[in-house]
Amino acid sequence: MLQKDDIISKLKETFASAILAVEDPDGIATFTIASESIIPVTQFLREQLGFNFLTDLCGIHYPDQELPLGVIYHLHNFQENVRVRLKAFVPGENPSIATATDLFPAANWMERETFDFYGIIFEGHPNLKRILNVEYMDYYPMRKEYPLEDPTRHDKEDQFFGR
Amino acid sequence: MTTYTKVAPPEGFSAPGLFATSFEKVLGLARSYSIWPLPFATSCCGIEFMATVASHYDLGRFGAERLSYSPRQADLLMVMGTIAKKMAPVVQQVYEQMAEPRWVMAVGACASSGGIFDTYSVLQGIDRIVPVDVYVPGCPPRPEQILDGFMKVQELVKNESLRKRYSPEYREMLERFSITPITPAGQH
Amino acid sequence: MEPNKYSAETEAIIKNYTTLNLGPTHPATHGIFQNILTMDGEIVVDAEQTVGYIHRAFEKIAERRTWYQITTLTDRLNYCSSPINNIGYQLAVEKLFGVETNKRIDYMRVIIMELARIADHLICNSVIGVDTGALTGFLYVMQEREKIYDIFEDICGARLTTNIGRLGGFERDFAPETIQKIKDFIKGYPKVLAEFEKLLMRNRIFMDRTIKVGPISAERATAYGFSGPNLRAAGVDYDVRVSTPYSSYNDFDFIIPTGTQGDTYDRFCVREAEMWESLKIIKQAVDNLPEGKPYVDVPEIVLPPKEEVYSKMEPLIWHFKVVMGEVNTPVGEVYSAVEGGNGELGFYIVSDGGRTPYRLHFRRPCFIYYQAYPEMIRGGMLSDAIITMSSMNIIAGELDA
Repeated sequence: MLQKDDIISKLKETFASAILAVEDPDGIATFTIASESIIPVTQFLREQLGFNFLTDLCGIHYPDQELPLGVIYHLHNFQENVRVRLKAFVPGENPSIATATDLFPAANWMERETFDFYGIIFEGHPNLKRILNVEYMDYYPMRKEYPLEDPTRHDKEDQFFGR
Repeated sequence: MTTYTKVAPPEGFSAPGLFATSFEKVLGLARSYSIWPLPFATSCCGIEFMATVASHYDLGRFGAERLSYSPRQADLLMVMGTIAKKMAPVVQQVYEQMAEPRWVMAVGACASSGGIFDTYSVLQGIDRIVPVDVYVPGCPPRPEQILDGFMKVQELVKNESLRKRYSPEYREMLERFSITPITPAGQH
Repeated sequence: MEPNKYSAETEAIIKNYTTLNLGPTHPATHGIFQNILTMDGEIVVDAEQTVGYIHRAFEKIAERRTWYQITTLTDRLNYCSSPINNIGYQLAVEKLFGVETNKRIDYMRVIIMELARIADHLICNSVIGVDTGALTGFLYVMQEREKIYDIFEDICGARLTTNIGRLGGFERDFAPETIQKIKDFIKGYPKVLAEFEKLLMRNRIFMDRTIKVGPISAERATAYGFSGPNLRAAGVDYDVRVSTPYSSYNDFDFIIPTGTQGDTYDRFCVREAEMWESLKIIKQAVDNLPEGKPYVDVPEIVLPPKEEVYSKMEPLIWHFKVVMGEVNTPVGEVYSAVEGGNGELGFYIVSDGGRTPYRLHFRRPCFIYYQAYPEMIRGGMLSDAIITMSSMNIIAGELDA
């Protein structure tokens, strides 16, 4: 059986300098990884520890952090039934991180979605363009500074009951 | 034995062996019971539309048995579900491809007004791009509501003037939506 | 395609290809996706997919709504089985708040989720029938789906977008009539399902149309992030209900049906078998429904009884606080998954202790596995591409979030 502690110790052994933090918020071992070593770590998890299923990949935005944009990976090992979560943070100016599409074909659209929402460039991605929004959109809507509402509506402009 | 009600005849003058009424009314009656809807189903309301046409509710009872998936033959555009801004040009194109006379029914809150999705990516009601005849509220509307909306469309079809589609007001209205009218101007 | 990537010979072949636009409003796509197919006669050479035609910005809305209000959003993800989405979200929030539910709530949830699974699989399987030219089965099982909707209506008042239950349980218990309706459904449904199976499962035409159509191997399916019936049809016995049991699924006796080929016929058969298993689970849950309160005593997330809200001051304030999100929300992050109608439906919540989630990400199964579609239809006929799509159970609302 592959235990959570084994994963933590094995990763720490191999990538001592790349692992910035280890947490366990909800029973899933969570590693914060330096963004340049995300692919070697993922590859190690996939090839040495059997995490062959990319459950999820999504972005996150903390405007007040030094590295405001983040990418979060959830990996799953079916045989041992263990999950891990990896986080990598990138700067707000020219955010870029290596693509995981070579390891997991499933990452293709998830990375496109993250690019669409947060503007994180996945280097080496075969087809990095907007996926959900219209192509001519000129901002990244999921970043915290952009509003949710449709700007063309005027029926809600009310001093007391408006939005 | 099954009992059924015949469709009531339009107002007119009847005598033995003779029935006289205006052409408009006959045409309206015939049209209203042979509407070919184009189901433009995008999301949740589309699933309720499936229930509406299926065995339990059976839209076919209202003369709409034949769903026309091609806009060319369709009379009624039923827009069911959220229309995102990416989808908006497609809706307008489908409307432009339909032949006159054509009616539009916005089924559900999203198609009518954007519904709960007051967001950057959703069109806030299809009446911003095409003229709408009947709005059906609900998120999603129940099949009964869709049927009710359909009957409202039938009512409109029945009472429509033959000259309406050629009138300058109608042409002006279409031009407000940047849709080129297909009926020739100045006839009738 | 870059212009001088291929040799002159290949160029000549490519010139003879036809481009065919399928969608975004084609009736056979059952949803709005666009596929630009490159065709060599009737054979599909390649497909270029465009999605996002119904992108509604769920994740952005979720950042502006309180915990309570998001259940309504989840309805509109996979609208064929919205109760599973609702309960999945509620389980994720309960995990964040550290709430333990009692057995009665769990069993009630299991009953609802399995009914929703049946409704979901019914649509998918009958639509495969429609696409192979058998409308009969569709009209036949729609009648049965109405019965499931009737039960949902009894429980929560809505048919399709149910918003069923509340955080921390249910607003009220099942009525005795509802239990009776569920029992009647269990009694009547096997006959209909068996007949539906008889119509299609060993039907020569149906088998010829679906066997070896749109296959995918277990390795490719795992790599592409498949989950749910599609992954199981490829031969991987991964089911969230068993691997990480939630809502007391480990109390029930059921099997995970798997296929071997990963083709359309296997996907159909896996869904059929799953419906039988769901029926088994519902039967066990109804027969052993434990006693207990239908909601937990956690004032942070559970609303006070409605009668008291109308007549007393304290419950009114409490109600107001819960609805406005002015409660003590834990700081943390949670990933919680349920077995949705078409795969692992995950909710990744990041909370900063505020009244709304800081980030809520939905792991939408069909968004992830739909990208394998070109690979699955390559080399097949155009008509096979249509059946492959309907057998993958792709729901536009879920795909585009």
